[in-house]
Formats: sequence, C-alpha cells, structure tokens
Amino acid sequence: MPRNGLLIHYEWCTGCHACEVACKQEHNFSGGMCGVRVDEVVTVGPDKVHVDFIPLVTRFCDLCAERVKGGETTACVKHCQAMCLTYGPVTDLAKTMEKTPRSLIFAPR
Amino acid sequence: MAKKEDKVVLSTLWSAGCGSHGGCGCEIYVKDGRVTRVEGNRNHPFNLGRLCPKGLAIPQYMYHPDRVTHPLKRVGKRGEGKWQQITWDEAYDTIEKKFKDIRDKHGAESVIFCQGTGRDIGGPITFLMYAYGSPNWVQVGLAGHSCYTPRLGAMFATQGAYCVLDASQFLEKRYGSPEWTPPKYIIIWGQNPAAGCHDGFYGHWIIDCMKRGSRLIVIDPRATWFTSRAEVHLQNRPGTDGAIAMGMLNVIINEGIYDKEFVSKWCYGFDELKKRVQEYPPEKVAQITGVPQELIIKAARLFARNKPSAIQWGEPVDAMPQGTVVAQAINHLWAITGNIDNPGGNVIARNSHGVTTYPFTSAELTNLYGAELVKKLNEKRIGANDYSMVKNFRGWVQPDILLEQMETGKPYPVRAAWIQTSNIIGGQAADARRHYNAMKKLDFVVCVDLFQNPTTMALADIFLPAVSICEKESFRSWWQPLGVTVKAVDAVGECKSDWDINLEMAKRLATNPIKYQNTRELIDDRLKDGNTNFEKLKAKGCWEFPPEGHPTRPYYRYEKGLLRGDGKPGFDTPTGKVELYSKRYEEWGLDPLPYYEEPKESPVSSPELFKKYPLILTTGRRSPVFFHSEHRMIPWLRELDPDPIVEINDKTAAELDVSNGEWVYIENQRGRVKFKARVTPTARPGVVTAPHGWWLPETDGREPNLFSTWDHNINNLTSMGNQGKSGFGGTNYRSSLCRITKIKD
Repeated sequence: MPRNGLLIHYEWCTGCHACEVACKQEHNFSGGMCGVRVDEVVTVGPDKVHVDFIPLVTRFCDLCAERVKGGETTACVKHCQAMCLTYGPVTDLAKTMEKTPRSLIFAPR
Repeated sequence: MAKKEDKVVLSTLWSAGCGSHGGCGCEIYVKDGRVTRVEGNRNHPFNLGRLCPKGLAIPQYMYHPDRVTHPLKRVGKRGEGKWQQITWDEAYDTIEKKFKDIRDKHGAESVIFCQGTGRDIGGPITFLMYAYGSPNWVQVGLAGHSCYTPRLGAMFATQGAYCVLDASQFLEKRYGSPEWTPPKYIIIWGQNPAAGCHDGFYGHWIIDCMKRGSRLIVIDPRATWFTSRAEVHLQNRPGTDGAIAMGMLNVIINEGIYDKEFVSKWCYGFDELKKRVQEYPPEKVAQITGVPQELIIKAARLFARNKPSAIQWGEPVDAMPQGTVVAQAINHLWAITGNIDNPGGNVIARNSHGVTTYPFTSAELTNLYGAELVKKLNEKRIGANDYSMVKNFRGWVQPDILLEQMETGKPYPVRAAWIQTSNIIGGQAADARRHYNAMKKLDFVVCVDLFQNPTTMALADIFLPAVSICEKESFRSWWQPLGVTVKAVDAVGECKSDWDINLEMAKRLATNPIKYQNTRELIDDRLKDGNTNFEKLKAKGCWEFPPEGHPTRPYYRYEKGLLRGDGKPGFDTPTGKVELYSKRYEEWGLDPLPYYEEPKESPVSSPELFKKYPLILTTGRRSPVFFHSEHRMIPWLRELDPDPIVEINDKTAAELDVSNGEWVYIENQRGRVKFKARVTPTARPGVVTAPHGWWLPETDGREPNLFSTWDHNINNLTSMGNQGKSGFGGTNYRSSLCRITKIKD
C-alpha cells in the first residue's frame, strides 16, 4: 500500500474554511475537534501587506479512511472551494509539487 | 457514493440552511429519514462539487435543539419570552381574522410584508402580499434599500439589462466552453468574494478565473487575500468609490483608450459624459480618496487596454452616498470599454428561461400579477410617491420612508407586519433601536422563521416555524441555470415551507380565488415559461440551461435583437443604446450623468464631529462562515469565528493603547457596542471595520437582553434617513465616524 497524503497548494487557499467544516461533518466531530485547521498569515512587505492562508493537518486527520474505501476522495479535497487540495500517494504528490509553488505535502500517518 | 446511508437526493441549495444567495448543486445523504450529510454535486455547473462551510453545516443547522418546530403564540408581554404551542389551524385562523379585520377597517396597505435578504422568500412573500392586496413589500431597515437594488436600478436605467462578471456561469461546459475566455483583468470593487456567493455569484469563480490567467485590480479599504495578489490595489478612504470611478472614466476618455467603435455604435451621450468627467482629474480624485494618482491612472489603463476585462462589484457600491450614481459610473466603465455581453466581460444576466421566482423587475411583477393590480397598489406603496425611481423600478417600499411612517402614522398608520425570514432588529435594520421602538407599537406581528432571534423575541405575536432547504420543494431562476429544490426528508417537527405557508394564507386572504391547489402546481405553472416542469428538471439532476438561441443565453444579444421587446438590435432603453447620459434618470428627476458626493459624516464633510469621533467606521465586513445574522448558534461554524471582531490598524491601535484581543467599545453619537479588537496591518490607518448581524443566541433571549443584540449589533451605530436622491443608496453602513476605547473592568 502506498503512503497517502495531501498536497496543499496554499498559494490558492482563500481561508474560506470549507475544508474544516467538511471534515467536521464527515467525522461528526464536536467540541472544536477537527482534522484540519486554516491559519491566516499576515506579512508586511516593502510595498504591500500580504494575506495568506495555510491549511494545517492535525493529529485527528485519518485521510477519511472510511470514506476513501469506496473510491471517493477526502471530504476536504472534494469541498475545497479554491480547489487547492489534492489527495493521493505522496510520491505522486511530490511530482505534482514540482509545478506548484508555495505548497506543502502532509502525510498524516 | 452512499456508504451507510439509505439514499442520496440531488437538489439545489438556496436559502435557509446554508442561508445564502447561491444555487449550489448538492447531494443530500439520508438515513432513517434524517439528513446525515450534505455534500456538493460534481455534476452541477454552479459549484462543480464544492460547497461552502454554511452548506456543509446544514445537518447541524437542521437538527439544532433550539430550532422552533411548532407554531407558537405569545402569551406574555412582547419580549417576555412566554410562548404557548398552538396548532397550525389556530395559527392560521388567528392571522386570517386579524388580517381581515385590519383590511376591513384600515385597508390592506396597513400590513407590511417584510423579508430579509434576496432568497427564495421573494417569491412566496410577494405572492401572499398581492393576494391580500397590500403593496408594501419591504426589507425593513435596509437603509436606502442598499443591497443590489441600487445597482440593478442603475443598470436598468443605463443599459436596460443587468450585467455580471462572466465566469462562464451561463454555459453548460463552464471553463471548457469554447466560446468563453477568461477576463484579462478583473476589477473587484468593494467585495470579498471568498466569503460567499454575493448577489448569486459564486465567489470562488474569481479564483477559477485567476487560475486561468485573470489578473486583479482591487478597490478596497482593507488589505485582503485578493489585494495581496492584485496588480493594483486602490486602498481608498471608505465612501469615496464614486470619485474613483469618475477618475478612471476621466483617464480612459481623455487618453482615448475607450472602445471607439462600441461607443459610437451603441452608446448615447458620450460627449456629455466626457464633459462631466473633466471635473474629476486624477490629482483631484487622489486628494479625495487618498489613493495615489498614478495608481488610479494605472488601474484605468490596464482595464481599458486589455479586453475582455470585467468588474465584480459588491454591496458597498449601493451603500455609497448616491449609490445609484456610483453604480451608474461603474456601469459606464464597462460600457465605454465595450465589455458588455462579450465573453470574459460583463455579460448580461437574465433569469434562466425567462422564469420568475423572485421578481427582479417591474415587468416581472406585472407579468405575474397584472398591470392593473400593480398600478393600483403603487398608489399606496410607501415611498413610491416620494421617489420616481422607487415607483418605476421594481415593487419595493422605500425603507427610510417606512420608518418615518411607522413613527408618525402619516400618510396612513402601519398596523401589522408579516415578517418572513428576516432579523430586522438584530441584523438588517440601520438604527436598530429606532426600529425596535417603531415596530413595538404595531398591533399585530407574525414572524415566520426557523430560530428565535432578537426580532422574533421582541415583536412576534405568532411564530410560524419554517423548514430548511432540505425539507421543501422550491425552484430557482436567479440567474442560471434553472433549478429545482427537491425535498429530501420530511419536515422537522411541524415545520412547513414558506411556499406552503404563504399559499395557505393566500387562499384564506385572497380577494380573487387562488388557482393553485398546492405548491407543486404553482411551481409547475411558473416553470411553464421555461417549457419544463418540476419532475422533468428533477429527472435531469435538478438543473437545466436555456436552449441554444434563447434570449437568456449569452453573448452579443444587442447585435442580434434579443434584448428589446420590438426585436430590433440595441438595448432596451429609451434611445436603444447604452445611455451614458440617462434618459430614465432625467425622467425621474435625477442628474442624467454621474458625479461624486462626499459621505455625510466624514473628516471632510463633518470636521467638528471628526474631532470627537476621529476614526472612520465601515460596517458589514463579511465572514465566510456566517450569512448575515444567521448561524451564530451552529457550533461547527461559530468555532471558526467565535466573537464580534473589530479590525484596527496596528499603528492606530498603538495610538489608542489597544492591544490585539482586547475588548473595546465602538462608539459614536448614536450608541456604543462591544467588540473584540483585532490589531492588524491589513486595516487602513484610521479606519475600523466591523461585521454586522452579531447577537449571542447562547445568552438570554428575553428583554432587555434580546440575545445581547444591544451590546454587539453594529447597526446600533448606523442611521436611517440618508438615502440618495433617487430613494436608493446612500446610508452610512460603509462610512461613518466613531471612536474606540478600551473596556476597563
């Protein structure tokens, strides 16, 4: 079995929080528990203020183990409104990453 | 892919649940008669499988323990929070008797029909109102009617049609459509598209276009994700957008970089506009707006020289002083650059197949209810006699005039209100306290909603529980595709759909017999205009685009004679052209040309007040997890945005000795509210921004607390009576003055 993960092309993440609520709904999490969290990063450059968002995968992410069995992708990937998340074997994701500036690969477990 | 559920129902999301304006295709997963999950539908062209946080939280919304699931009648005083469960029959009987009594004694116009924002409610509420015989359809407290109607009115006057940015949303194959091309430049004018689907436009279409090469010009007092990625950011002083538009027109016209062929062939009044914009040279506009003139020039050149380009605008345009004038000027920007109904420009948007759900024009109202009835009712429509544009464009009450009329009883007293999915006191109304006082005096108030909120708690005599979007049948034609909402499960408790409730009430109250036995008959009758019906659309996966050649399909309809009633080429305006000099504005007693007007309260126009309140307050900052005043009780969403937050520039905050995370008072001559400070360089120095619609459902709903609405609703600081000369626009939602002080405990 290949090791799966998430490619997070955060250049496009708008901070809409869809991934977080998709995760909560899929796992029926409560009490603030969630498999992903979007953080805002504000940086001040010489000519402008930059606003970026970075989704961070938490210890509660199981890459939607139940859900993906039937061939469906993870709930966060499906619903990401900026379409900036990809699920798959990390070796494939690493290849894709060569063409995706400002991105991360998460391999939760 | 049903893994554990019994069935998956395809449907269209619009209104209560997700709350919002969009028309997302969804999959509703059902087990044992309950919705377990709501997901996006990949085969739906609107959202392409995605879904926003509010849509994804629908199950938690539907089955929330605080949802009102039975009809209630008030048994204590208004605001005491004492309710008794009653049957639907008793509720209907009570309302029927009261409304008939009022009509007999005072006339049907004494009852106002109040809706919240533009959702499927516009259909059923107008249906009931006209059946009853009242002309008074209103968004109570929406100062200057400043939410899309001013922009729609300006577009109607200027070009006889509405335009939206073309993100391929009118084509089945979307981004793969061969006739579509992305805009080269997108101007985002006063909006954060990532926060939702404003005016029915799925915000992330902008990101889709950016990935396909669109570059950005952003006009926004805040630094945002979009401004970070923009080639030009015009970070103007709030309220001065009209000056930016005039300055850009000045540059484009004086440098001769407009589309000369389009202007000579399809525009009227160019010379007059050219003369007018001479009053707005870039250096003057820079002084007014605080934006360096070279940026204004750069933005104008990039937009004009790169065709196709398009403008995506937001509600702040409506809320500007003379909002219909600012909207007119922005309309001129896409007009003189020839970016009308072209691929990747500002494409003409029409209700799919010509079907009406929610009437967007006077013509639609007339088609549905008859010219005679609409004309007769207009005689008593509140505000229609004060403003020609209000009278001649759509069928709304003018909300600022309504408030005065509720207070004075002149020219006739308002006796009762039917309030359907609208939180007036806790969200929609500017000067919430004044509305509270005025509406408290009404003889009879019905609220139709899903949860108790500050408005239902303060005012309702009868509370009718409505269903969410998964529990009802409905239909949508705003703009495209044509869609139906399919009932996935039985209603929670005894809740009913707005269409069902209003059809039943209409049957009881109508002066002419209602021809529909049930809601399905009504929907099918409306869908006849599209040569289809509910079952056919449902079988197709809930959506359909109009057929090839249909006048509601793009592009270049002005060349093909598809816009005018007489079938001639051109635009549906008095001159048949895009009117840069507006004959309709002239007829309505308004300046036919655009101009700039300073906000009533600003460092420039009220320097004395500015000494006392040295910060500019702009309200209505959107959160991606809430829709207006909704969703504060939904844990999955509230966890992501737990407090009312005011954004303050870091240097400004240092001067005020306010630290990040501290609670502060925002205060002006009208009131004081408590917000938590977010100290950030993204805020413009001297400008503070606050979201609207904050109340705390977890606190006491009874008076005087009313779910803490008096503490956290920013509309305790805004006011009515600032409407533009047209009756539309104006207001100080986006630009007033305030001060910030730390709360010392």
